[in-house]
Amino acid sequence: MAAAGPSVFLLMVNGQVESAQFPEYDDLYCKYCFVYGQDWAPTAGLEEGISQITSKSQDVRQALVWNFPIDVTFKSTNPYGWPQIVLSVYGPDVFGNDVVRGYGAVHLPFSPGRHKRTIPMFVPESTSKLQKFTSWFMGRRPEYTDPKVVAQGEGREVTRVRSQGFVTLLFNVVTKDMRKLGYDTGPSDTQGVSGPSPPPGLPL
Amino acid sequence: MNPKEEKVKIITEEFDENDEDTGVGSQKKTSKMARQKRKKRLPAAGPEEMVSENPHLGNQPEPLQEDSDTRPLSMTTRRGPRSLPPIPSASRTGFAEFSMRERMREKLQAARSKAESTLLQEIPTPRPRRLQSPGEKELETEFGAEPGEEAQKTQQEDDSQSRSRVKFRDSVRKIKTKPPVPPGFPSAEEAYNFFTFNFDPEPEESEEKPKAKNRDGTTQEEEEGEEEEPPVQGIHKTDEQLLISATEAEAFLWGLDHAAADFVAVRPADYESAHVRLQMEKELLFVPSRLTVPTYKKLPENVQPRYLEDEGLYIGTRPDVPRTCQNIMENRLLTQEPGRRWFGDDGRIVALPNPIKPFPSRPPVLTQEQDFRAELETLYKKAVKYVHRSQHMIGSGDSPGNFQLDIDISGLIFTHHPCFSREHVLAAKLAQLYDQYLARHQRNKAKFLTDKLQALRNAVQTGLNPAKTHKSLDTTQKTINEYKSEIRQTRKLRDAEQEKDRMLLKTIIKVWKEMKSLREFQRFTNTPLKLVLRKEKVDQKADEEAYEAEIQAEISELLEEHMEEHEQKMEAYRAAYQQWKAWKKAQRAKKKKKKQAVEEHPEEEMGEPYPEEDLVKPVPPEPTDRALMEHQVRERAARSRRRPGEPLLVPELSLAGSVTPNEQCPRVEVLRREDVKRRSIYLKVIFNDKEVSRTDSRPLGADFRVHFGQIFNLQIFNWPESLTLQVYETVGHSGTTLLAEVFLPIPETTIVTGRAPIEEVEFSSNQHVTLDHEGVGSGMPFSFEADGSNQLILMTSGKVSNSVAWAIGENGIPLIPPLSQQNIGFRSALKRADAISSIGTSGLTDLKKLAKWAAESKLDPNDPNNAPLMQLISVATSGESYVPDFFRLEQLQQEFNFVSDEELNRSKRFRLLCLRSQEVPEFRNYKQIPAYDREIMEKVFQDYEKRLRDRNVIETKDHIDPHRAMVAKYLQQVRESVINRFLIAKHHFLLSDLIVEEEVPNISSEGSGILGLSLFKLAEQKRPLRPRRKGRKKVTAQNLSDGDIKVLVNIIRAYDIPVRKPTASKFQQPSRSSRTFSEKHAASPTTHSPTHSADYPLGQVLVRPFVEVSFQRTICHTTTAEGPNPSWNEELELPFRAPNGDYSTSSLQSVKDDVFINIFDEVLYDVLEDDRERGSGIHTRIERHWLGCVKIPFSTIYFQAKIDGTFKIDIPPVLLGYSKERSMIIERGFDSVRSLSEGSYITLFITMEPQLVPGESVREKMSDVLKKFDSQEDEKLLQATEKFQAECALKFPHRQCLTTVTDISGKTVFITRYLKPLNPPQELLEACPNNPQATAELVARYVSLIPFLPDTVSFAGICDLWSTSDQFLDLLAGDEEEHAVLLCNYFLSLGKKAWLVMGSAIPEGPTAYVLTREQSHYLIWNPCSGHFYGQFDTFCPLKSVGCLIGPDNIWFNIQRHDSPLRINFDVTKPKLWKSFFSRNLLYPGLSSVQPEELIYQRTDKAAAAELQDRIEKILKEKIMDWRPRHLTRWNRYCTSALRHFLPLLERSRGEDVEDDHRGELLKQLGDYRFSGFPLHMPYSELKPLIEAVYSTGVHNIDVPNVEFALAVYIHPYPKNVLSVWIYVASLIRNR
Repeated sequence: MAAAGPSVFLLMVNGQVESAQFPEYDDLYCKYCFVYGQDWAPTAGLEEGISQITSKSQDVRQALVWNFPIDVTFKSTNPYGWPQIVLSVYGPDVFGNDVVRGYGAVHLPFSPGRHKRTIPMFVPESTSKLQKFTSWFMGRRPEYTDPKVVAQGEGREVTRVRSQGFVTLLFNVVTKDMRKLGYDTGPSDTQGVSGPSPPPGLPL
Repeated sequence: MNPKEEKVKIITEEFDENDEDTGVGSQKKTSKMARQKRKKRLPAAGPEEMVSENPHLGNQPEPLQEDSDTRPLSMTTRRGPRSLPPIPSASRTGFAEFSMRERMREKLQAARSKAESTLLQEIPTPRPRRLQSPGEKELETEFGAEPGEEAQKTQQEDDSQSRSRVKFRDSVRKIKTKPPVPPGFPSAEEAYNFFTFNFDPEPEESEEKPKAKNRDGTTQEEEEGEEEEPPVQGIHKTDEQLLISATEAEAFLWGLDHAAADFVAVRPADYESAHVRLQMEKELLFVPSRLTVPTYKKLPENVQPRYLEDEGLYIGTRPDVPRTCQNIMENRLLTQEPGRRWFGDDGRIVALPNPIKPFPSRPPVLTQEQDFRAELETLYKKAVKYVHRSQHMIGSGDSPGNFQLDIDISGLIFTHHPCFSREHVLAAKLAQLYDQYLARHQRNKAKFLTDKLQALRNAVQTGLNPAKTHKSLDTTQKTINEYKSEIRQTRKLRDAEQEKDRMLLKTIIKVWKEMKSLREFQRFTNTPLKLVLRKEKVDQKADEEAYEAEIQAEISELLEEHMEEHEQKMEAYRAAYQQWKAWKKAQRAKKKKKKQAVEEHPEEEMGEPYPEEDLVKPVPPEPTDRALMEHQVRERAARSRRRPGEPLLVPELSLAGSVTPNEQCPRVEVLRREDVKRRSIYLKVIFNDKEVSRTDSRPLGADFRVHFGQIFNLQIFNWPESLTLQVYETVGHSGTTLLAEVFLPIPETTIVTGRAPIEEVEFSSNQHVTLDHEGVGSGMPFSFEADGSNQLILMTSGKVSNSVAWAIGENGIPLIPPLSQQNIGFRSALKRADAISSIGTSGLTDLKKLAKWAAESKLDPNDPNNAPLMQLISVATSGESYVPDFFRLEQLQQEFNFVSDEELNRSKRFRLLCLRSQEVPEFRNYKQIPAYDREIMEKVFQDYEKRLRDRNVIETKDHIDPHRAMVAKYLQQVRESVINRFLIAKHHFLLSDLIVEEEVPNISSEGSGILGLSLFKLAEQKRPLRPRRKGRKKVTAQNLSDGDIKVLVNIIRAYDIPVRKPTASKFQQPSRSSRTFSEKHAASPTTHSPTHSADYPLGQVLVRPFVEVSFQRTICHTTTAEGPNPSWNEELELPFRAPNGDYSTSSLQSVKDDVFINIFDEVLYDVLEDDRERGSGIHTRIERHWLGCVKIPFSTIYFQAKIDGTFKIDIPPVLLGYSKERSMIIERGFDSVRSLSEGSYITLFITMEPQLVPGESVREKMSDVLKKFDSQEDEKLLQATEKFQAECALKFPHRQCLTTVTDISGKTVFITRYLKPLNPPQELLEACPNNPQATAELVARYVSLIPFLPDTVSFAGICDLWSTSDQFLDLLAGDEEEHAVLLCNYFLSLGKKAWLVMGSAIPEGPTAYVLTREQSHYLIWNPCSGHFYGQFDTFCPLKSVGCLIGPDNIWFNIQRHDSPLRINFDVTKPKLWKSFFSRNLLYPGLSSVQPEELIYQRTDKAAAAELQDRIEKILKEKIMDWRPRHLTRWNRYCTSALRHFLPLLERSRGEDVEDDHRGELLKQLGDYRFSGFPLHMPYSELKPLIEAVYSTGVHNIDVPNVEFALAVYIHPYPKNVLSVWIYVASLIRNR
């Protein structure tokens, strides 16, 4: 039993950054990266990506479509620090400077299957009106030192943000061995049809 | 209703009028209401004409006519009835309205035809017709007079009315003027009657007459009145054509000319004044007031409003209705429905609780449209098997197994069963009685009471005896009285008991007799019961005596008692008698008076004596009769007691009897027995409402006993709440029936198996059973008597004998759940959880708070929703039901503990996770903690545990020197405490940590800040022709990994590299590696120069240096250059690895690694043995000789981001085989400035790629936080420092200005407090007493020997702590500040003018130096190296000066330049130096934080020697380790020579010894080629020494016959400061 038991579980996510709704902006591109805990390690796929620049569609939806693929596999021993995808969207402002249009983060879905997520995006606000003006004028808007900040709770209290726009993501999630390690993430986990639940004596 | 009644009245009154002609007034009164008027007139209208035309009827036609003019109302009312008679009569005949109308129509038809046909005036016929029809019209004319009525009519009617009105007047006039037909009227009337009411005129008449007589309307009349109404109305309302035709007829009759004008009356439009209308409306409409209705109106009279809520009943929230709406509703209800059923007791409208929920129950709909589909999707959810866990049990952790309850069911006895025969019934009764008897007999209460009585009597006897009682009479009397009453009580009880005993005995005998008779009667026996009465003989005489004595005693007692009673009664009697007498007297007097009155009112006599009978003459109580009493006593005794001499009867019940066998029994009995046999019984054991087991099914015995004898061991998880046995009976093969349920008590915890007694629990069933055999059935009446009288109804009942007990475990421990977890404890905790979750809150643990909250939020205690919560609160606050004897913070925690704490702590994985979460250094970066415990190696924790264990144990092994070990420990502890203190602050973020934001361009600030300039920048070309250098982008250290960071070392050039000396030259002037003193030095160069030049021919290669950079054991080297001033201009790239792969800022700051830049000389040796081969091949060996090194800590690179400058190469004082070529350069006049310096220099540029953001901000933040800690400084001073710093920063933001620092305990201290003259070690002062300069140098050297340890390293980059000099000396570690402070203090003590210089230097960056003022010039001392420089020395590492700090002031450099070369150090000039304390703020005389005096212990020489040996041994081992593939030979001879030489070096501080040394060495090692050097360093730890030796690369020589020599010398200075010399050399034998 001990020999057969897996020591890690795998989380495979593919999908795409489908589209975005930024009513005021155009010609945007996005970057994504993952933030995960110490017990997690990517085993395959790209951890970071930067998309093409897309323009608004001409129809009423005015969607910004990237269809930018995500494909990554993680392994872990502990669900703590479940990976989050961090998105940051950039685009030119009136003066042609590349400025940030939104940050957002969401946990990868826990349960296997197809999931669609729409993340509201936000940007940090300038600390004063004057700075707002100068930052607009100079094209140097406030940015996070690291986009991964948006995946953390710590230190956020010192910032002020404004929300603008949404990004829609599609995930297809496959997990492996989660049930065997005692994590039941949902009904669609087909594993363990015949297998009994782990005996109580099993170490945690 | 009303109008009709009214009319009846009118009718009747009309008849009155006819009779008497009175009561008109009253009639008027009644006819006030409009509606009534109309109806009155309806009938009245007809007759008016009649009257006017009919003199026969009307008595006085004249006044009548007047009446009709003047008071039409009264007239009509009067006359109406007269015309009525015909109608009632008609109605009375039973004709409905319809028939009436029909008749009228017929009449009309007739009239019309007649009017048309006849030319002659046929008076009789048309008249009645006219009578009728104009009647209608006149009625309407009268209506017309009443405008109010008209409103209700149609327009058409209006027309006709108006017409008819005109006509009416005319006709009236005509009648008046010419009465042409008076004589014909009666006939007309008759005719009319004849035509119309010919049916029964008589009865009508007779009817009316009684009416006239009977003024009060009878019911019959009322009915009539009711009947009357509709027809008239019907005529009037519906038949318009009739009216018209009637008028025509009338007009025709009267022979009038019908012009249009006659029919159309021109009248003004009807106008009703607003006032009138308002009044009307007021009558018609009801407008409820919106004023608040006073409460008393809403409640029944004299009822106070009752507020249920105040009485504590639950009332829900009323729906929110505006006040005015409520008021209107209330007013309306009050007016419309006088009943108050709509109002509650509190005077408000009854309302249901508000049904609106305060929160939406529908989940908020997301804006996404496409999602609804997903929500509608059906999800398959697998059925989850319920796993029974022991969660609800009683913390299974401590109990070894489950708990066990043993239920022993031994059997069952029916006390009644349907199959009981009569005999059985009796038998059961008998058995029961016998049981009772036995029980009584056992207790024998009668005997007990008898004894008690006896004792009491004795006591009274003794008490009464006056001889023996000397006590106060009162008390004895009292006690005797008490005894007596006691005796009385006891006697009564005893009598009762005895009687009961007797009765019981009698009953037993009776039942037995009955049974016997029954057995005889039925001629068979069913039960083996047999009663035997045993007689016990008694002594006749004694018994009799006792009996008699008893009776006598009783009698006497009773007598006494009665006497007392009698006495009391007599007393009462006398009083009553007196009263009576007095009353009697009064009575007699009264009676006398009454006597007369009685005669007048004889009948009153009856009532009168009543109250006086009250007092009866009291009857004097009779004295008790002894004989009578004796009789009573004897009778009683005979009843309840055994007669004297009578034998004692003892019944004995036995089962000895025989039961008649089946064959001899009658059929019914056999049937019964068969039936009994078919029955079987079993029991189910129900535990907590669940069946847990059942007994075997056992047949019912003939004696109705069932024996089970089964023991059930219940392994229980849950605390038992109920334990029930269900008795089932099976009859034959048919189904089972539940007879009864037996509830067993849960045993006490003290009852364990083996000790539990068998208990009998009774049960009974309510089933009704009738049987067709001898069985008596159940719930059915039956009788023992033949005639069926005296019926009995018995229900099935019985007893289960069982015992319930807790089992005992193997080791004798009862398997009982612990007490604390019983009923209340555990289960109430569960309930509690529910209660709290019911309000949707979790984690509420403080129940007191909860209660408070409930009180504050006005939680309705009666709301059923809150019931559990309230109960919980009441329980918790009152503490009545359950007060735990322990305190628990997390009461509900237990619910969620899935394993016990110990188990959790044992889990390695959990421990690892915890430690990592606490950021324990060992585990901070532990990745991928394994999923299972078993995969975690125990050794993971070993280091950590060892560290914990060793925290207080001083480990000498690692550190060799115990003192250092202690210091290291101490440092470690300080570090930990500081780290803990700043842990919170570390997680405190500033905006700048998270967000990169451009600063607002500051207009006043210099440089690029101006907005205008930046605007110009916008206009700049994107790609300028001459691009400016842009700052590199800084990278935060978070998302880096190994290999991302590189250290770039650009080696540009070097100066003054030592050159080789030909081995031949024996004597050479040594060169000094470091300049000693400028004055001393001035003459030296010229003196030695000639010798060198002689040795070297021009063009010969003096040295072939190359540079090797080693960092983290990675080594890179440049190409080899030639000459003493080589230029490499090469960039070397070294990868950087952070410790543990942690690239966080704090981790990087604490990297202790150094970058070693070593300069080597590449020497080629010809190894060719044979000269002949020289032409064909080159055989050389490359050797490299270490010349010197530059050591730059990584932390410096990290904080400085780049290091750019010329550094002095650390060249060992003795470099065998090399010498400086300084003189030659000078001679050539190469570079006069540089020639001033001694030693070699190298120009470097070091940086990191990518550039990392240094943790400066963290540092600043820390100091912010630190200031908040606590400071003992004056608040004003602190403010002044802030102001000062702000001012300075404004002017020169890049110059370092320091006013306050943090001491080692975290407090903020003003910086000048650190400076105070402190005595240097006496030993140093004594060394050269006459030479102050030498002393100063010695002191500086001493200070520099104290190991350097940057604060950033020791405190993980958290902050810069300043320790005082004694702390510094104790710790023997510190950075520039501590060194500088100590040196400065020493200088102050030596009487020098000394300051602390805060500035930046190469390579340290911001640092502290010491400035001293000699007679004419200033000297700058580097406290860490002990070197000093003149102010104008170009090679002085100090590059800028920020501020000077003296013992009593701070001066900030406000000169234009900050390079020490270009500034003036005269602090007295306020234009150049801004002083902190000035005239504005005087120096307050701050006390120093330094100790009064430093105390130096002499260092133990023996320990130093021992340490020396150990170091030497370790280093030798290391060198051998580093040469794993070669044999390492040690040249002992050389080693000893070196060892002797090292102390000399120490003594001379590395000066002026080379030549002697060289000569000596050469003498000793003549045929060896020798290369080696001494290394000198302060001693802190072993590791730096090893690193230093390694970096020299001595071990790298792989010449086969190489030999090594290594010597270590440690010179101890006071306070354990150790100077370490390591001489390492390699020797190659020359051939």
